[in-house]
Formats: sequence, structure tokens, C-alpha cells
Amino acid sequence: MRIRSSYIVASSLALFLLVFLVVPVFKVVYVAFQDPSTGSLTLVNFIDFFKTSLFQESFVNSFYVAGMAVLLATILALPLAYFTTRFNFGGSILIQTLGIVPLIMPPFVGAVAMQLFFGSNGSINLLLDQWFGINIPFMEGLNGVILVESVHYFPFILINLSAALNNIDRSLEEAAQNLGCRGMRLFRRVVFPLALPGYLAGASLVFLKAFDDLGTPLLLNVNTMLAPQAYLRISSIGISDPMGYVISCILVFFSLLSIWAATLATKGRDYTGGGKGSAGLLKRDMRGWEKVGAYCLIIFLLLLVLSPHIALVLLSFGTIWSFSVLPDAYTVAHYAEIFSTTGDYISNTLMYATMAALFDVAFSVAIAYVVLRTNVIGRKWLDYIGTGALAIPGVVLGIGYLRTFNDFNVPFIDKPLASWWVIIVIALAIRRLPYALRACTAALHQVSVSLEEAGENLGANKPTVVRKIVVPLMAGGIVAGFITSFATAAVELSATLMLVTAESDAPLAYGIYVFMQSAAGRGPGAALGIVAVVVVAIGTYLSHHFIERNKKLQATTPG
Amino acid sequence: MKLLNSCFTTIGRLALSAAMVALIALPAQALEKQLIVVTSFPKDLTNAFKAAFEKQNPGVKVEMLKKKTTAGVKYIQETASNNTTDIFWASAPDAFEVLKGDGLLAKYTVKAKGIPDVIGSYPINDPEGYYKGFAGAGYGMMWNTRYLKAKKLPAPAEWADLTKAVYHGHTGMSAPSRSGTTHLTVETIIQGEGWVKGWAMMKEIAGNFKTVTERSFGVPDGVNSGQFGVGIVIDFFGLSSKASGFPVDFVYPTVTTLVPANVGIVNKAPHPQAAAAFIEFLLSTEGQELLLNPKIRRLPVRPDIYAKAPKTFPNPFTDKTIGAKVKFDVKKSKSRYNLVNAMFDVMITYRLDDLRKATKAIQDAEKAQAGKNNAAAAKLIGEAKALVAALPIDEATSLKNDFAAIFKKKRKKATDKVTGRQAEVEQKWDTMVKSNYAKAIQLADKAKSM
Repeated sequence: MRIRSSYIVASSLALFLLVFLVVPVFKVVYVAFQDPSTGSLTLVNFIDFFKTSLFQESFVNSFYVAGMAVLLATILALPLAYFTTRFNFGGSILIQTLGIVPLIMPPFVGAVAMQLFFGSNGSINLLLDQWFGINIPFMEGLNGVILVESVHYFPFILINLSAALNNIDRSLEEAAQNLGCRGMRLFRRVVFPLALPGYLAGASLVFLKAFDDLGTPLLLNVNTMLAPQAYLRISSIGISDPMGYVISCILVFFSLLSIWAATLATKGRDYTGGGKGSAGLLKRDMRGWEKVGAYCLIIFLLLLVLSPHIALVLLSFGTIWSFSVLPDAYTVAHYAEIFSTTGDYISNTLMYATMAALFDVAFSVAIAYVVLRTNVIGRKWLDYIGTGALAIPGVVLGIGYLRTFNDFNVPFIDKPLASWWVIIVIALAIRRLPYALRACTAALHQVSVSLEEAGENLGANKPTVVRKIVVPLMAGGIVAGFITSFATAAVELSATLMLVTAESDAPLAYGIYVFMQSAAGRGPGAALGIVAVVVVAIGTYLSHHFIERNKKLQATTPG
Repeated sequence: MKLLNSCFTTIGRLALSAAMVALIALPAQALEKQLIVVTSFPKDLTNAFKAAFEKQNPGVKVEMLKKKTTAGVKYIQETASNNTTDIFWASAPDAFEVLKGDGLLAKYTVKAKGIPDVIGSYPINDPEGYYKGFAGAGYGMMWNTRYLKAKKLPAPAEWADLTKAVYHGHTGMSAPSRSGTTHLTVETIIQGEGWVKGWAMMKEIAGNFKTVTERSFGVPDGVNSGQFGVGIVIDFFGLSSKASGFPVDFVYPTVTTLVPANVGIVNKAPHPQAAAAFIEFLLSTEGQELLLNPKIRRLPVRPDIYAKAPKTFPNPFTDKTIGAKVKFDVKKSKSRYNLVNAMFDVMITYRLDDLRKATKAIQDAEKAQAGKNNAAAAKLIGEAKALVAALPIDEATSLKNDFAAIFKKKRKKATDKVTGRQAEVEQKWDTMVKSNYAKAIQLADKAKSM
């Protein structure tokens, strides 16, 4: 009976992924397997890929950038995560909230802000030139890509690692302390290993994002990486160079490979506590000078990772900002303009991103449960396919949806599914599913099966156990997944731009695109970008608030 | 009898008034209530036309769907089976050619009179009648005045200026594979200067590039923020940036290229009458006058409108330096469209670093040898230049149909066979280009030390 119900759940999850991910994507990328001259099935395009020196270089570069980005992102994330979860620290919710903001980089305007600040003629270099006569190419070549990627994506590690640290069974730490383990040794040998699923979830996302990301290399004009090569070969008019799709397939393949490698690292180990629900690490107070040092480090890190957003704020209030350290003058006119013309964008964005993120966490909890707690044959593939969505360029998904759902009229409203606003929500949900999926899988890794067994021994049925025991214990991971999905869905553009069929259905990102088509639109576009950031930051703050309250509730109920 | 009579008159009157009602109401009734336009134009332009058209035709609501040209083309292609779009409205003629080739545009004969066949030397309309030009735009150079002042650079005036060593690392342009209008500029230079000389000049200009942007608006954006100093752009990008207050300026070189902006009705448009009315409005005196608005600023296709334009406004119908020098061969351009894009990307976009280094080495060698009269060094420099300029294929090959077909992935019939794959060809080109650039650096370095 139980086996049958788990198969029903698994197959409905699989069906959804099939209809909204596999089929639409395959309808676009099948060209990769087609002989360009005869149209027959072939692998010749893949052979061409590995024979082409440009692609070989791109391949190596993408791996190098992804690896280095993980390293740098870890260096940025580790102190922030550790200090805010391990110590009694004023403003830790604020720090956690600000720590997620780098993830929200609005399209186009984010790039402009970065160039104005870090570019070769940006504020910093203009000052350096003025003072010391030097110029540091922060934003050039592969190193520039590594810097921007790690600043942009380190929140994945921050969020997932913090969630995992908060989920560690305190008794294990206490046991270690009783045996005389302290300080760095305690962190290295006990705390960090126990939080490893969370760290790996974040690190694999950073790796995947840096590996698959398109925006940053394009912003820095680095063409010799895989994702920009795919993009440049897919979206030009009239050309459908099969190599673009070949690269997409290769991106998917290596993304899955790295997820598989990450699961190997956690395989066969136990990350759960003893028989008790987790209550997080023991928080302790810092001594005076420790506190000062920690605050200095954190403020420095936050300033570094938030500098693009500081530049964005300046851009949104500035009149003209061109080849100068700061804008010429300041005005609120840009905000007045966006609030008078673009009311729908904000409410649409909130609605779409919330719906997509809620869907993502529900779907992810289901997948994580099927993968880790049932014996359904092929269950791992749910995880792999769901995560593979990360490597699908948005434009491919958009085209796939148009191709697949344009002839399917939705009952009652009599409109093709492809031009109904719900399709935008589905596209966002599918594109952001991997974030929630990694977070929820990591969270479930830390929940002890014995708690569920205890529940069942006491007579609860499966759905009750999931609802009353599993989900509450996963809460940290679920919220982490919700936040990352929500934050990134709020500024998604590539699939959205393909799928918007009426201006009244359009989200913020589309509004930014419309503004950024003309020179005069830069200020309002930046203002709209700031609105997106603020909206997401408020959402994040509330979610953190929710975790903290939950934790306090948990702590007060006798364990 | 009288009753009957009055009955008749009543009926007659009723019929007459009904006919009159029908007559009066006809123009308004014939138009549908909605018009859906897919466009890549910025909102300043679309808003102005939307407002004026809705005012002229009360009851019609215009929905402007903004999509990048490429996304717009894909959108119309993919939704064709259940089409909801009436009009495709964008610059790049090649985008319209793609839609036309797929049978996705409807033929329409314009009623408006008084529009000539060519603007500059470009044909305004599709000869087969599937899309119409409604405005033109000229290519030129824009620069950031603060940037030039700080780096002590002169303002450029001609295309050839951009090949000079002073501009090394200070210029930018979009790639022809990314932007249809940029493609036209590249093709015009190649046709105007000839295949070999044109490409050589293009590479000399590109050797100075700081960047090749991935969308055409990236160029004005980069100049506006001072990321690079000089950009090759369409006139309205430069002039509208200036009008928005950025410290930039724009100039047409004496020989410039003109690109049209187009409009076409989508096949099986749900609102065909409104679509036709919109095109007529675009081409009417009223519609054309809107183009003179400084925020829009495009060149009207109606010569009589220029009388109302400000003095500085270029008039391609009387000023023969604009786009007239080159006799643009549309057929040539069309047959090798993707091929030219692929060549540009392989030789310039993807190998920009190598090209830049080679160009810099040559410029340094020339500077070191200036005034020395060293024949051996001059010969080496000449060889290095020839290596940079060398092309993987000659013009005859570029025009061979079966060769160009390698780059067109759409086979008309399943039985059509193409020999060779784009990836294979590009790999060959890339090998050659890369080793040529490397050799050029060696030669130039040698010449410099002589």
C-alpha cells in the first residue's frame, strides 16, 4: 500500500517534469542530434564540438571559472554564516538579509552599475588613477568573471550553510565540548562536517551557476566560455547553428555530473543528530575585542558584496553619471516616473515570484522525500532532471514553451496556454526549481529517520508524519529554498521576455528591459531595479523572522 | 393609397437613413477593437505612435509587445499555428526576410502615395510587397566628450580615423550576428570598399575595439557611461543620448550608410483592418511628422516632410553623401547573410584579444619605425598587416550558393543535401586566423626592434 502511494507521488512528479521541462526542451535541442546536411540522427555535432579549438578553450575556461568561483564564494560566505549562527550577534537577521541581496541583480541595470563602479573607467579606477596613476582591471577577462560570479552567487552558500548550521543537533556539539574539543578544531572536526550537506548544496549551486551563467561573461565581453558560446549561437536571427544546442546539452550533462559528484561526497554518512529534533548550535557571547574584529570583518565583506547595489542606488538617484566618480547631481524624478507608469509590474512580480517559489518548495520537498525516503526505482532521476533545469538557457525554455503549448487551449478561458500568464509562473518555477531542490534535499539529509519511525510507531500515517514531523524539521532548508527561488525569480528575464503576451501581464524585469532600450531610461530602469531589490529584501527579512520565531518556539517546547 | 405612399416614404427614409448610418459608421466599424503589435522599438517611439493612432481611430486599443528583434521573430514563428499578432514592427530588414521566408507575413499594397522607391541607395520597400520601410536611420560615430578630454583624444570624423593608433582600446561596436542594422553597416563597407579592402579596413577598425557588444544598444550604453570612448552607432542612439543630457556627441562621416526601419502585417492577423490602418497611418503625413520628434528622430520616407524638419536634420533625398555612394546590392547581401556574420565572429568577435594584440604590435612597430626609412622593417610590417587582413575565403566563394548554404540551417526540402558543416568550416577558419594573428605579432615585434 505504502509502496503504491510512493509510486503515485513519484510518477506525478515525473509527469510534471516531463511535460514542462523535458518535452519542451527536447523540442528545441533535438537539432543537436541531427545531421545538419541530411537531417538524420547523429552524434557528429558532438564530435565537431570536441574537435573545435574554440570550444575546447571555452570548455576549460568554464570549468576553471566555476571552480575558482566556488573557492572565492566560500571565502566570502563562511565568516558571514559562521558568525551569525554561532554567536549571539546583534543584527544577525539584518546581516543574513543583506547577505542575500547580491543574488538579486536586476538585468541590464545591474551590469551598468557594475561597470560604472568597477569598470576600467569606473569610480574605483578613476580614483586609483587620480591618486596613484594606476588602473586595476577588475572587470576584465576570466578573473573579472570569477570575481563577479562569486560576489553574485555566494549567497547560495551563505543561505544553505546557515540553514544547515542552524539545524545541527546541539547535543553532538555539547558532547564534543565535554570531550575537550574547542575553537577551530571543534568547527573543523564536528560543526562543519555536520553542516556539510548544506555547504555542498550551496557550493554545487555556485559551481553550476558559474558554469552555466550567461549574463556575467556577456557583461564582461568574455566570449570564450560555454554559456556565452551557446547563447551567441542560438539567438541570432535566421541562424540555428546546431552547435548552440550541442553546447546546451553539454552544459546539462556536466551540471548533472557535478550534482552526482556532490551526492557522492555525502553518500554513506550520517548527518543527523541523535533521537532529538534539532535546535541549532549553542550560541555564545563574544568577548569585547572579538566582537569588534568580527564586526569589522562583516562590514568589510558586506560593503564588498553590496557595492554593485550601492552603485545601483546612486544610478537610480543620479541625473547623469558618465566617466566620473559619482553622478553629476541627484534627483527623485526617476522614482516618480516609475511609480506613475508601472504599477502593474510590481504586483505582477510579487505574484509570479511568490507563486513560483511556493510551488518550488512544495515540489522540492516531495522530490527530496521520494529520493531519500522511498525505494522507487529511478527516483534519483527526479533530482537530476529537476536540477538539470539550471543548465537550460532561459531562451531555450521560452521557445520550447511556445512550441509545445501554443496549440493547447486552456479550457474555460479559451486561450493558448502559451499566452496565458500562468505559463510565466511555470517557466519561473521550473527555472528556479534547482535552488529549492538543493536546499530541501540538504535539509532532509539532516533529519533523522528515527523521528519519523517513532511517529509511525505511535500510529501516525505517512501524510501526517510528513506534515507534522518532516516538514517542521526541514523548515530552515525550506525557507532557504523559498528565498533563493523567490529572489532570483523576481529578476528573471530571458524566458519571461519570450512569454509575455500583454503588457498588463509583464513583471518588473520586462519593465527594466523596456526602460533600458533608450538612453533616457537608464535612471528609471535603475529605480525599478532598486524596487525589485527592496521587495525581495523585505520578503527575505520576513522569512528569516519566521525561522527565528519558529526556532524560539521549538526551543521552548521541551525536547 | 396615401397610407401606402407614406408607408413607402417611411420605408424609403428608413432605408436611406440606415444606408447613411452605415456610410458614416463604415470607417470606424471596419476597424477591429484591438491591434497587437510586436516591436523592438523603444517606448518613446511606440508610445507616440500608439497615442496618435488611438486618437485618430477611437475604439481601437493598441497593445505594444516589446521584444528584442530576435525574440520577436521567434515568438511569431512559434505562435504561428495560433497567431495572435497583427503587426511586426522593427528595424532589421533581415528579420522581416526570415519571417517572409517562413510564409509568416501577409502581402499588403500601400494606399498612401508620394513615397519614392529608394532612400539613399537602399530600396525602401520589399519588392515583393511583404514589408514596407517607414523610416530610415544613418550610421555614424558617437563619443563621450569627457572621455576624449581625459584621455586627450581627438574627436573622429571619418571611418578611417578609427583605424588610427590613438584610438587603440577606446572604441566599440556591436556584432553583425547580434544586430541586423550592424550587419547592414558591415555589408555596406564590404560592398563599398570591395571584399578584400573592405574586410581589411573592418579588421583595422576592430583591432582598436575595446569591446564587441552583444546587443546594439550596448554601444551607446557603453559610451554614455564612459566604458569606452567612441562607438559606431545608428544616429538616433547618439542623438537621443545627447538629448538626454549625457556628455556625448555624434557625427555622420562623409560616406555613411543608411538603414531602413520596417513594418509588416503578420499572416492570418486577427485584426487585419486595424493592421492595414496602422501601416497607412505610419506612412501618412501625420505619422511621418511624428518621426521628427527629437525623442524619436528618424529619417522620414516622405521627402515633403523634410520641409518641416529643423535645419540640421539630414535629408537623404537631397544630400547625396548619405548612403548614396554605395550601390547596395540587396541580393548579394541576402545570399551571404549568415556567412558574413560567421566570418565576423570567427575573425573578430571570438578572437578579439588576439586581433587586438596583433594590431597593437603593428601600431607599435610603425611608431618605432616612423621616419627611419628602414625598408626591411617596412616590409615586415607590410607582411604582418597582410597576415591580419588575410581572409579564409574569397568573394567568389562567399557568393557560391552551395557554400553559403552551409550557414543556412533551414533546408527547404528534406532531400536537399549540403556538404560540410558550419562547425567544421569555422574550425578551419579559426585555426588559420589564430595562427595568422600570432605570426603577425612575431613579425611586427621583429620590425619594431630593427
